[in-house]
Amino acid sequence: MANAAISKPASHVHAEDHHHEEHHHEQGFISKYIFSTDHKTIAKQFLITGIIWAILGGALSVLFRIQLGYPDADLTWMKPILGRWLDEGGHILPEFYNALITMHGTILVFFVLTAGLSGTFSNLLIPLQLGARDMASGFINMLSYWFFFLSGAVMLASFFVPTGAASGGWTMYPPLSALAQSNEGSGFGTDLWITSIALFIVSVLLGGLNYVTTVINLRTKGMSIFRMPLTIWAFLFTAIIALLSFPALLAAGVLLLFDRGMGTSFFLSEIYTGGEALANAGGSPILYQHLFWFLGHPEVYIIILPAMGIVSEVLSVNSRKPVFGYKAMIYSIFAITVLSFLVWAHHMFVTGLNPFLGSIFVIFTLLIAIPSAIKVFNWIVTLYKGNIRFTPAMLFAIGFVALFIVGGLTGIFLGNSALDIDLHDTYFVVAHFHLVMGVAAFFGTFAGVYHWFPKMYGRYLNRTLGYIHFWITIVAAYLIFFPMHFMIGLPRRYPSHENFQFADMFGELNSFISLVAIISFAAQLLFVFNFFYSIFRGRKVRELNPWGATTLEWTTPIHPQHGNWPGEIPHVHRWPYDYGVNGREFIPQDEPEPGFVPEPEPVHRDPQNDQV
Amino acid sequence: MADSAMTAHHDHALEQSTEELWSGGQEPVKASYGKLMMWYFLISDTFTFAGFLIAYAAIRFAHPTHSAGAWNSWPDPNEVFSATPVTGHANLPLIFVTFMTFTLIVSSVTMVRAVQEGTRMNRKGVMFWMVWTILGGLVFVGSQAWEWQHLIHEGMTPTGNPFGAAAFGALFFIITGFHGAHVSVGVVINSIVLFQTWIGTYDRRGHYEMIEKVGLYWHFVDLVWVYVFMAFYLL
Repeated sequence: MANAAISKPASHVHAEDHHHEEHHHEQGFISKYIFSTDHKTIAKQFLITGIIWAILGGALSVLFRIQLGYPDADLTWMKPILGRWLDEGGHILPEFYNALITMHGTILVFFVLTAGLSGTFSNLLIPLQLGARDMASGFINMLSYWFFFLSGAVMLASFFVPTGAASGGWTMYPPLSALAQSNEGSGFGTDLWITSIALFIVSVLLGGLNYVTTVINLRTKGMSIFRMPLTIWAFLFTAIIALLSFPALLAAGVLLLFDRGMGTSFFLSEIYTGGEALANAGGSPILYQHLFWFLGHPEVYIIILPAMGIVSEVLSVNSRKPVFGYKAMIYSIFAITVLSFLVWAHHMFVTGLNPFLGSIFVIFTLLIAIPSAIKVFNWIVTLYKGNIRFTPAMLFAIGFVALFIVGGLTGIFLGNSALDIDLHDTYFVVAHFHLVMGVAAFFGTFAGVYHWFPKMYGRYLNRTLGYIHFWITIVAAYLIFFPMHFMIGLPRRYPSHENFQFADMFGELNSFISLVAIISFAAQLLFVFNFFYSIFRGRKVRELNPWGATTLEWTTPIHPQHGNWPGEIPHVHRWPYDYGVNGREFIPQDEPEPGFVPEPEPVHRDPQNDQV
Repeated sequence: MADSAMTAHHDHALEQSTEELWSGGQEPVKASYGKLMMWYFLISDTFTFAGFLIAYAAIRFAHPTHSAGAWNSWPDPNEVFSATPVTGHANLPLIFVTFMTFTLIVSSVTMVRAVQEGTRMNRKGVMFWMVWTILGGLVFVGSQAWEWQHLIHEGMTPTGNPFGAAAFGALFFIITGFHGAHVSVGVVINSIVLFQTWIGTYDRRGHYEMIEKVGLYWHFVDLVWVYVFMAFYLL
């Protein structure tokens, strides 16, 4: 057995050595671009699918912002698209408004900021930065993308069923989600929502298995775990969180499907509709909330950790300085990972949770401020006295830090169960999570796209458009979400606040926010134009390492083929943040120390041993 | 210096420090990526079962115990599970499920033997023990099918239960069904692996690691059954 264990890595190494030769064969279009097993192509597939979903999810928010800001607007001209979801006067129906916010949340949280962010950058960077030819299993990686695609197709289909898309909020709380008669969107749309999310969970699982095993097994020689870039640390822990938290939602989804289809009562008890008692007894809607938030809270770290990793990398490269507190960053990521599983009930302070239990969740929630603050401090000190290059990627990374601080501060308010009684389900919450995990995670994504676009397509994104995109987006983010903190007591998820007299004073503010939201959406379309234009017409990359970065992905050719390195995989001799040392601007990770003597061929690569 | 490097590599598997093991270019926990993937999948799947069993616990403890005798009392397993296909309605509490559990555990033992023969590169031995493992799985799933149809015949459905709380039936069918689906998938996978062993795929590959991987899955399914069994039949 021991012999077998030794011989396996050897055969793997040999397979790798011949890898690049095999791939000089021309691949067909389908196996190269559609059912590809190349991690770089799969990363692009995730990114482009994510962008398409982001446009759709953003367009939905424009629609409901019109309803909130300009409730009298006549949308009759959109009748050909929106059909019966508009009333006679061309206003959005409340049922449709609910479907809009539900799908906006679902699409942005799952399809864009989970699959689009993690799927893109984990796939692109894990093999490239660790020195691997590909993911551990290219086939499973491909399956991961196509399950995501299928999940998206099912979700998209739910817009076209007669009763409309799911409308119970992205959290899909019962009884709205469990009883088909409770709302139009609670009909077939919700069945499709649950099915789609189940497929999505399979996709996340398959992707996560690859990320974790690749990081553990396929690091190149010398790439010890404490020489891994912080991006990889972030992706690793993101995958671990996903593998452990999504199953809870799968269990909840299965039980929910049975409540809907078979008449069971897992999440239902003593329900009256139209004055009549239903037969359901013995279940609890709060049980669903526990299961959901056991995923739901870790999910926000699944979204923010990859963004944090990307930001650490981009800040360091563009400050020409080592990232400050490398190990503190890693331990902070680890602490966030552990704590993320111990705070879920802070979403449930007002559901009748035992106050003592609530106080425990308050403590764990506030503890998360410590690793978060350590990371923020380290980012700022990384910038301090740096030789900063304000590339668009760098601006987005700095923007991320700013948004994370502003959004994080209000998290301290919301984490207090006493304060939360007032703030729960108001626009204060909307402002908090959009800044800290919505817009911030988008900024992390943008930083990553601007930074690694040259590696993905061998061309640059247009810089001027990048600057315009950044400045409009960051100003708009503050103009949209900052005022929401002060809309005291305004309940979220309401299509109209006309029954609350006090809400009248927010009318003009709401119109202003909506206007800015539309401008901001237009700025994102500018980015989308820049993205697709630059793929074909962007300025060509002429040097291997355009940003002067130390990490291994810049040692590959400008257009890396399947297998990444045409020759041997480089070995790693130092940590990834050697900027400004020994009087040099930077030292790549694969450069040996002075006086380095290469080690003799290891015994396990002896072909004779392979026969064991 | 070169000498010491040579020595370090000589006893490669045995004498590496943790630091060296994790230094890259090798498999630090001496497991292939496939085996690691199976482990992570099983940990993830554990959380799915945990989700179901936590739902079970939450709902169960919201109901009165069977000694309360109320209409929605949690039923007494000795009453619910007292029939066998052979003896009909003779009152033999938990006898049939004991047989089922025994079958599944024995099939884990035969799986251990299959893995062992795999490490010896003994194709015939692997096939022999895989056949018994598959049979064990089939007997288990078959027994479960009989028990389900018997209980449905008695009037227990996802929405109704003559023995007490309706939630008992709902949870029973979903959780044992989810487990039974795992066993069934295991039987299918084991059959594919048996076929591949038969046509000599693993001999050509030079190792029988696939048997180890499906073995991990099979033991997991067995282990989960212990918890499912405990929840519905013992507590």
